[in-house]
Amino acid sequence: MERPLTQNIDRGREPLGLKAYEAAGGYQAVRKVLTEMTPEQVTKAVKDSGLRGRGGAGFPTGLKWSFVPMGDDAPHPKYLVCNADEMEPGTFKDRVLLEGDPHLMVESMIVAGYAMGADVGYIFLRWAYRLADRRLRAAIAEATAAGYLGDNILGSGYSLTLHVHVSAGRYICGEETALLNSLEGRRATPRAKPPFPQVSGLWGKPTIVQNVETLCNVPHVINRGADWFRGLSRTEEGGTKLYGVSGRVKNPGCWELPMGTPIREIVEEHAGGMQDGLKLRGLLPGGASTDFLVEEHFDTPMDYTSIQAAGSRMGTGTMILLDDGNCPVGMALNMQNFFARESCGWCTPCRDGLPWIEKLLQAIENGDGHADDLDLLDAHARDLGPGNTFCALAPGAMEPLHSGLKFFRQDFERHIAGKGCPWS
Amino acid sequence: MLSDQVQKEIRGELEHYPTPRAACIEALKIVQKHERWVSDEALQEVAALIGIAAAELEGVATFYNLIYRQPVGEHVILLCDSVSCWLTGCEKIRSGLRERLGVDYGQTTADGRYTLLPMACLGNCDHAPSLMIDEDLHQDLTPEALDGILEEVE
Amino acid sequence: MRIRILVDGKSFGVKQGDNLLHACLSNGLDLPYFCWHPLLGSVGSCRQCAVKSYDSEDDQEGRMVMACMESATQGCRISIDDPEAVRFRAQVIEWLMVNHPHDCAVCDEGGECHLQDMTVMTGHDHRRYRFTKSTHRNQDLGPFINHEMNRCITCYRCVRFYRDYAGGEDLNAFGAHDRMYFGRQSDGTLESPFSGNLVEVCPTGVFTDKTFKAHYTRKWDLQTSPSVCVHCSLGCNTLLGERYGEVRRVLNRYNADVNGYLLCDRGRFGYDFVNSEQRIREPHGRQAGAAAGEDLDQEAVLERCASLLKTDNSLVGIGSPRASLEANFALRELVGADHFYSGISAQEYELEGAVLKALREGPVRTPSLREVESADAVLLLGEDPTDSAPMLALALRQSVRQQPLREAMKAGIPQWHDSAVRGMIQDRKGPLFVATPVATALDDIATEALRAAPDDVARLGLAVAHVIDPQAPAVGGLAAAAQALAKRIAAALLSAERPLVVSGTACGSTVVIQAAAAVATALSVARAQTEVDPPLLFLTLSECNSLGLALLNPKPLAQLLKSGGKGVGGTAVVLENDLFRRAPAEQVDALLEGRSLVVLDHVPHATTERAHLVLPAATFAESSGTLVNNEGRAQQFHAALAPAAAIRPSWSWLRGAHAAARPLEAPPVSLEDLRNACAAATPELAEVWTPAATAEQTQTLRYAEEKVPRASFRASGRTAMHAHLNVHEPSPPADADSALAFTMEGFSSPDGQLIPSYWAPGWNSVQALNKFQSEIGGEQRGGDPGVRLIEPRAAGPSCYPDAAPAAYAARDGEWLVLALPRIFGGEELSNGSPALQERTPEARLVLHAEDGRALGLEDGDEVEVSAPGCSLRLPVTLLDDAVPGVAMLPLGIPGKGYLALPLRASIRRAPA
Ligand SMILES: Cc1cc2nc3c(=O)[nH]c(=O)nc-3n(C[C@H](O)[C@H](O)[C@H](O)COP(=O)(O)O)c2cc1C
Ligand code: SF4
Ligand code: FES
Repeated sequence: MERPLTQNIDRGREPLGLKAYEAAGGYQAVRKVLTEMTPEQVTKAVKDSGLRGRGGAGFPTGLKWSFVPMGDDAPHPKYLVCNADEMEPGTFKDRVLLEGDPHLMVESMIVAGYAMGADVGYIFLRWAYRLADRRLRAAIAEATAAGYLGDNILGSGYSLTLHVHVSAGRYICGEETALLNSLEGRRATPRAKPPFPQVSGLWGKPTIVQNVETLCNVPHVINRGADWFRGLSRTEEGGTKLYGVSGRVKNPGCWELPMGTPIREIVEEHAGGMQDGLKLRGLLPGGASTDFLVEEHFDTPMDYTSIQAAGSRMGTGTMILLDDGNCPVGMALNMQNFFARESCGWCTPCRDGLPWIEKLLQAIENGDGHADDLDLLDAHARDLGPGNTFCALAPGAMEPLHSGLKFFRQDFERHIAGKGCPWS
Repeated sequence: MLSDQVQKEIRGELEHYPTPRAACIEALKIVQKHERWVSDEALQEVAALIGIAAAELEGVATFYNLIYRQPVGEHVILLCDSVSCWLTGCEKIRSGLRERLGVDYGQTTADGRYTLLPMACLGNCDHAPSLMIDEDLHQDLTPEALDGILEEVE
Repeated sequence: MRIRILVDGKSFGVKQGDNLLHACLSNGLDLPYFCWHPLLGSVGSCRQCAVKSYDSEDDQEGRMVMACMESATQGCRISIDDPEAVRFRAQVIEWLMVNHPHDCAVCDEGGECHLQDMTVMTGHDHRRYRFTKSTHRNQDLGPFINHEMNRCITCYRCVRFYRDYAGGEDLNAFGAHDRMYFGRQSDGTLESPFSGNLVEVCPTGVFTDKTFKAHYTRKWDLQTSPSVCVHCSLGCNTLLGERYGEVRRVLNRYNADVNGYLLCDRGRFGYDFVNSEQRIREPHGRQAGAAAGEDLDQEAVLERCASLLKTDNSLVGIGSPRASLEANFALRELVGADHFYSGISAQEYELEGAVLKALREGPVRTPSLREVESADAVLLLGEDPTDSAPMLALALRQSVRQQPLREAMKAGIPQWHDSAVRGMIQDRKGPLFVATPVATALDDIATEALRAAPDDVARLGLAVAHVIDPQAPAVGGLAAAAQALAKRIAAALLSAERPLVVSGTACGSTVVIQAAAAVATALSVARAQTEVDPPLLFLTLSECNSLGLALLNPKPLAQLLKSGGKGVGGTAVVLENDLFRRAPAEQVDALLEGRSLVVLDHVPHATTERAHLVLPAATFAESSGTLVNNEGRAQQFHAALAPAAAIRPSWSWLRGAHAAARPLEAPPVSLEDLRNACAAATPELAEVWTPAATAEQTQTLRYAEEKVPRASFRASGRTAMHAHLNVHEPSPPADADSALAFTMEGFSSPDGQLIPSYWAPGWNSVQALNKFQSEIGGEQRGGDPGVRLIEPRAAGPSCYPDAAPAAYAARDGEWLVLALPRIFGGEELSNGSPALQERTPEARLVLHAEDGRALGLEDGDEVEVSAPGCSLRLPVTLLDDAVPGVAMLPLGIPGKGYLALPLRASIRRAPA
């Protein structure tokens, strides 16, 4: 089984330096695109591979690139931004790549930058990733010294400067347009789309924002081709995927597996199943802003289409498991507390609706719930849906709430009727 | 007054961005690295140094939760309270810290040594519960392990 | 282009590309909103304007969209009434109300609150939130604005207006999630001179009028009237609110061409002089030679008038640039055109002459403020409009957005999509070149700002003109840098679609005004053969009726002063004017010596002190009349209250006196008759009051029997107001001078210029204005008030001066002292307002920092300024951004009398 993303990674040791990385076939994709391919060909190769965004929304990557104005009269500078904010609760996959193979990250930025004609790249890194920060900066320095970055890369005429920008907190910074505002030194409230960043992004210039894992696939697609990439998968959707499991399993972790590996296989074989004495009640397949799946869904292959068909979203592909020793109301409260706290404060439903939800859940958890509180929660789960709010934060927050109310309704009712939490 | 070192570092940051304003978050972090928090005076001076209005900078400073506009202790403990850590018992770690330090979220110990803050997901969910003290990550926590961890802090 | 859209199955005509909210409101549909504002555009944050949008006839589901964030397209289908949309909008209000206090009863906004209106409109009335509300600490924001953060609904309008629109820097949004705060970084006075607009921009009671609070009245208990601001020459339209004989507040009155939705703080908060304790309330007579005088009753006054004003060759009248056309005309009638003088200083007369020449003889049009906003390249010569004509400065702030806006529109971003536009254009600005003697408040948006003495400003202007049209006089000996700058300016103006040149009398230099006119003329010559729009020339004047007075062709005051008064005898009649502000005291003394003096005015001053007869004149708030703004737009104001017993409008006094003195010559007339006589006598004013041209006249006819009520039909306690005097309800005062009545009965939905306040069913806040516009942001139904009097002549290069002035040469030990206008403290009437006094900084002489150092001065040290006829002592401000050898002296320092600025003076450190 091939593990292109993590082939160089061994969490027990330092990541590969430039020389070792090159020896392992690194920077071949850079050489290849700069000498053999036009930017359009690179974009086409990515399009053909069927690669979809790994940051949560699953948008086809090549298609996104094709919206960037190209050619001599395109506005410049153009920017490529790597979204390494990774603050979705339960998500820790990008960290594996950033810490484990920083040169792959750098190489990916150069190849993608070349495809869109970027002049400057930023890696927007979440503050907590101190180790990744150090390692990325070291890799950038090495790559710059070796001529892979800077002016006239490898004599090709293409130039790219790459910066690491470390955030100052706030989950909303991961939303791509809020991220752009943050990079510009502003309050990280999202921007309306359209216009899309590809047209008017960072400082009003064409910009692509792409997730770490998405980008790290690109050099491999270039080196090995679209067919190879599609062949890695167990389903229609190409490539491998970094799947993660957290919660009370025997062996929580993150593994690169073929796209479409079924949930049960990931939980049982890789995460070692539940800790002794605990039963799995449900799980969020791709981070805190995805819908709960329960027993009946556990044989679903983890890919975008199948998970959607099961009623949830693949999201980031990192699952959070609820066991029977933890209270579903408490878990819902914990997540809504997070979302309410991390709302940017821009739009009304999210700013004022989420704290209300949080207070209702707290009341229910405390035993102060009212009979009609569940109706209010249902109404919120509906009214904070897509289109009603300015960005996807609040709708994301409603996914686990809505499905939680559906699958664990008796637990909520038990709290209200029994005036308290049966688990505490 | 901002120290020469702080001013120098901020000026250095200005070069990484096409507009001075873009460096403002970094500038606040630089102040914080040296002063632990951003006082009103420091905020005014940074604004002047970058060439933006103080109200503009305050708008930014108060948006980001890792910019401290109030004094914090010598060491800041960021305890992850997001869902994976909650499932694996971060509330126990919180009470463990409360017992040992006598402070809860948002408070600083009487001796000014520690400030305890809740933190959104640290991206370390496979080793939950986790916390960070200053720049150091501590993982797979148990209440019992806290003593050792606190002892280690210089 | 007009297209049709379907709203709930009904077809409506809308402008293509308008957003759907705008389109619905333009069609009179009720759709609630908060964050959108016609001036500020859309950002989609409040989510209040949600509607259902359908892809096609077959689409039964639809999807929720924010109307303010979608462009109207031909045939698009939306539903306001869709039950899901209705329910969601009620839910949005419920969220906004989660932390909103239930304090409407004690809130200044109560009864005219957009939040209240929208809450009622959505039908939300039942509170389900049962947890504790959050609270905030309020800030002291200075004398104008009250702050009550708990009422905030986080619509972001305040910061979007204050920062993005008006360029203010000291207000912002702080915090995040549900802990948002809007205020200053720390307590303190809001610095922007446009802060007062927060009162109207904020849809709830967070930012309210502090001066109003001091004598608060509910909106429905105010008696209101349409008025015109008297505090500078721009003529912004206002709504005056009165109760118990006091003016209580000033609100914006919409005029699409002039001030749109906004006012400056001088205009909004300067009204309080009307309520001054010092008002002259009784006629006062003093026999020649007597030290003290006596109050006179009505009969005695007219007798006294008759004896003072008997036909007499030596009867002279001195008019006023702050009195109405009607009053000035009545004075001219009384004294005869040959004896009618301007009442402005010699310098001012000359400056005005230069402006009038450009307006009347030049080929270039004076734009309205709205047109200023749409100019896309600007050259500003000589003055800082922020101080002399504040709303012009605000309009210029919009003009620099025009070129970048075009870029955004080319990228397919509609202009109303505010955050997207700002995201794309970032800090880019179109060309604005500033050349002034001292730093201006517009320098922050200027492409280049040059500091130069007036003669050098003029030379730069002429050099620009010469680059554009070689027929314009060449400027000899220009430095290479100035020549290069002139070329850059010329290029920017030539390549623009709507270039604009701005100057005015506040710069105190006729050559600068001439240079501005020359640049505009050159542009019109250069563009004459092309299809492009003609260039624009905007010239400010000094006072609210400077131009109106000038159109009556008064003789220069200097001429009268030169002839002196000694031995001449007779009587001088002075209309709303303090001559000691207009000329050196010795000259005024000489003029008055041996003459009898009749003065009409509102508050006492040095001239009333000397009068033998003082007539208490109504202010603009107590009378109706006409003012002509700098653009040449004649606009009528209407009394908000009937003047107190012995007070009469000046025109009425003058006409009464005229009749008393010479009954055969001047029968008593109505204001309308007086206007007709004025129009007949003055060709340039012929259009001002014609029935066709002014809405008011038409309405007087149409509603001949039914006047427009100034009081709202909800006015409470009318019968109790005078109950302490008489339990019978008194009949309301009559008002023969306008089509408005001091009652709550009458025809209550007038159009155009008779609108006394904005109200419509369900719309109690100022945003009821929506219902009075032909379309949102367009003109009012029935047309916008005002008649433009001066249009440019056909092209002709008559506007070039013969030659350029010599370059300014600093002289050793001597400074050129220029007048420095100030928004607060620089204007005679508003200086009487306590709130403005609080904002008036100490008067200081501005010196270049180097000059200061040479004199051994530090900021704040006292200096002595001496010149023939002038000796002043005041502190200095040292500025790097000024011109060496040039000093700037604030205008209108109380008690400092008249100064013939500009003058040459010596300056030295004042002895301790
Ligand atoms: C509230 C919110 C937070 C997000 N956080 C992240 C994040 O931390 N990392 C990320 O890659 N994408 C995040 N996204 C998704 C981004 O907006 C964007 O879709 C993504 O970076 C695009 O990259 P991709 O196409 O490679 O997935 C977030 C979205 C929302 C609405
Ligand atoms: S849904 Fe609204 S308030 Fe929430 S994060 Fe997005 S824009 Fe901000
Ligand atoms: S008015 Fe449309 S979202 Fe606020």
